[in-house]
Amino acid sequence: MQSTAQTPQSAAEKTCHKAEPFLRAERMPHIWCPGCGIGVTVNSFVAAVEKCKIPREKLTIVSGIGCTGRVAGYIRLDSIHVTHGRAIPFATGLKLANPGNKVVVYSGDGDLISIGGNHFIHAAHRNVDLTVICVNNLNYAMTGGQVAPTTPAGARASTAPYGAYERNFNLPHLAEACGASYVARWTSLHVRNLTHAMSEALNKKGFSFIEIIAPCPTLYARLNKLGDGLDETRFYQKNYEIRNGADPRLADLSLRGKIIVGKFVDRERPTYLETINEYYKRTLGERYAWWGPKSNES
Amino acid sequence: MKADPKGVLTGEHFLDGDFACAEGALAAGCRFVAGYPITPSTEVVEHFSRRIPTVGGVFIQMEDEIASSICLQGAVWAGMKAMTVTSGPGFSLMMEHLGLAAMQETPCVFVNVQRGGPSTGLPTLPGQGDVMQARWGSHGDYEIIALCPNSPQESFDLTVDAFNLSEQYRVPVVMLMDECVGHMNEKVVIPKAGDIEVFERRWTKSKPGEYLPYKPEFDGCIPGMVKTGDGYFFHTTGLTHDERGYPDMTPECQERSVRRLVDKIRKNADKIVRFEEDGVEGADVVVIAYGITSRVAHEAIAMARKKGLKVGLLRPITIWPFPEKRVAELSKKIKSFVVAELNYGQIFYEVQRVAAGRVPVHLADHGGGTVHEPEAILEKIEAAAKRS
Repeated sequence: MQSTAQTPQSAAEKTCHKAEPFLRAERMPHIWCPGCGIGVTVNSFVAAVEKCKIPREKLTIVSGIGCTGRVAGYIRLDSIHVTHGRAIPFATGLKLANPGNKVVVYSGDGDLISIGGNHFIHAAHRNVDLTVICVNNLNYAMTGGQVAPTTPAGARASTAPYGAYERNFNLPHLAEACGASYVARWTSLHVRNLTHAMSEALNKKGFSFIEIIAPCPTLYARLNKLGDGLDETRFYQKNYEIRNGADPRLADLSLRGKIIVGKFVDRERPTYLETINEYYKRTLGERYAWWGPKSNES
Repeated sequence: MKADPKGVLTGEHFLDGDFACAEGALAAGCRFVAGYPITPSTEVVEHFSRRIPTVGGVFIQMEDEIASSICLQGAVWAGMKAMTVTSGPGFSLMMEHLGLAAMQETPCVFVNVQRGGPSTGLPTLPGQGDVMQARWGSHGDYEIIALCPNSPQESFDLTVDAFNLSEQYRVPVVMLMDECVGHMNEKVVIPKAGDIEVFERRWTKSKPGEYLPYKPEFDGCIPGMVKTGDGYFFHTTGLTHDERGYPDMTPECQERSVRRLVDKIRKNADKIVRFEEDGVEGADVVVIAYGITSRVAHEAIAMARKKGLKVGLLRPITIWPFPEKRVAELSKKIKSFVVAELNYGQIFYEVQRVAAGRVPVHLADHGGGTVHEPEAILEKIEAAAKRS
């Protein structure tokens, strides 16, 4: 009896998904639609957290508002869900106040680049030691498929019923131009590359940025008659082109055009806190009260 | 707990209200300020940024007030005491995050050195038009605490109190100063660190795994706090949330959680409310004035008394919660109120509400840009004394 009583338990342990310890299982089911790409990126993120060797209690995740903004709510780390577009300035305070911790911002394109655009460029420019993960589904999904600054020209959206006409942002180019230390783009198809990139970004000193192109079957794909999530993933498979080290200016996204992916930037720059500490040490000498750990941690 | 001597500039100083506010923050243990320049509050961040590199802490000038008003909240959840500083136009931009701090119960201090408005208004000149904004400016229902100093000394003292109240009630506290108090130089006595009481953060007594971020743990209504990095794996959100901090968008959860946010201040109002009185007993007319206007009112009252009128002054120090119990009591004893403020009637309506028609309430209004002439308040006192 004893052995049979133990069997289902150990079987359950064996069948437990490797991501489960990192998720708030009590919050499942999640809100994401079937075929949505966000869950796939979370899977990669969880694998990257394991891979990057940063102790889990030293890792905090912050999200803004939107579909991707719900990621923080499902991850079993210190996790904070703030206002629309403001995850980066919140994360900046969190990081500077406790420099020994690693802070990840996980949010969508509308949140990070439109309403949060000013914060994005300033944090990248300061080289605040943050990892920013942006799931780009090319529209405002949670509110019903409105046009975003990332919507490719010609694509339809609920507030662009005749098609979008503004030029869309090239996020890797923006991040690179602002001074980010690490910039990569992958699609939700590229699970392994993405996991590797996330792990690299988590261990990268300074502002690291990963854009992930992901399907939104309920809104963007439906409004543009692109099929379901799988069809979109097939489209990525046919049209991606890995160009590590490419000039991100060449990575513009267009409606149904090539998707340039890869690691575009990986460079050393002093972080915001290193800059502060070194500057004050030089100008104030012994009077300066050093802030944060004195090691390489920033 | 006593203040950390590292931040306390003990001694007698000649400071303006803005500098005194920065010193008050340092004395209270604030080691993180996120700010954005705006007249007439800039001297607060200028002074803090000069002092903090040798005290130990962070000053960051953010890209705008929206960013500063949330950056400090990140610092709080990482364990620090933090403040942001602004004036009217910036305060408007910060409303989003005053609401977030109320919702997530983030103890922090927002300083608003008021100038004349609306919009860009009078950047370098005084106003008191943000009183209702401090109370109602962010969307939804919540309660905050707002303090109103009338001197540089009080800017120091009340900034210490602002931090203490924010920790005690886990609420954003607004230091509602005005340009005159901010830019006025007077003697400020900063006590020894050992004589300054500092309210320590209400850290949870629960262990990781047992901790519920929004379960009341202190005084029956205040949840215990944690900080990032301690293995609690906590969650907090601006969405309506249950005791686990998880979104629960049901009317029942809204009722339970938002009512607690409101009640923790309303039910403790007697403990929080502070005011000062002068010659109120036996008065026929009581003048209600706060901030710089209380000092002008003081002069007007002295003139009225010389004319034989029985006039007292009630000066709210906590403008929110409003000292309504005291105003209600007085409305049963006196003949008339005069409210003097640098706006076209804000606290005036609050006094009318509380007086509930028992006595007339007269308004000595002023659009700002300068302070009242004492004669203007005197005129209202005389009219009030005649009509009552």
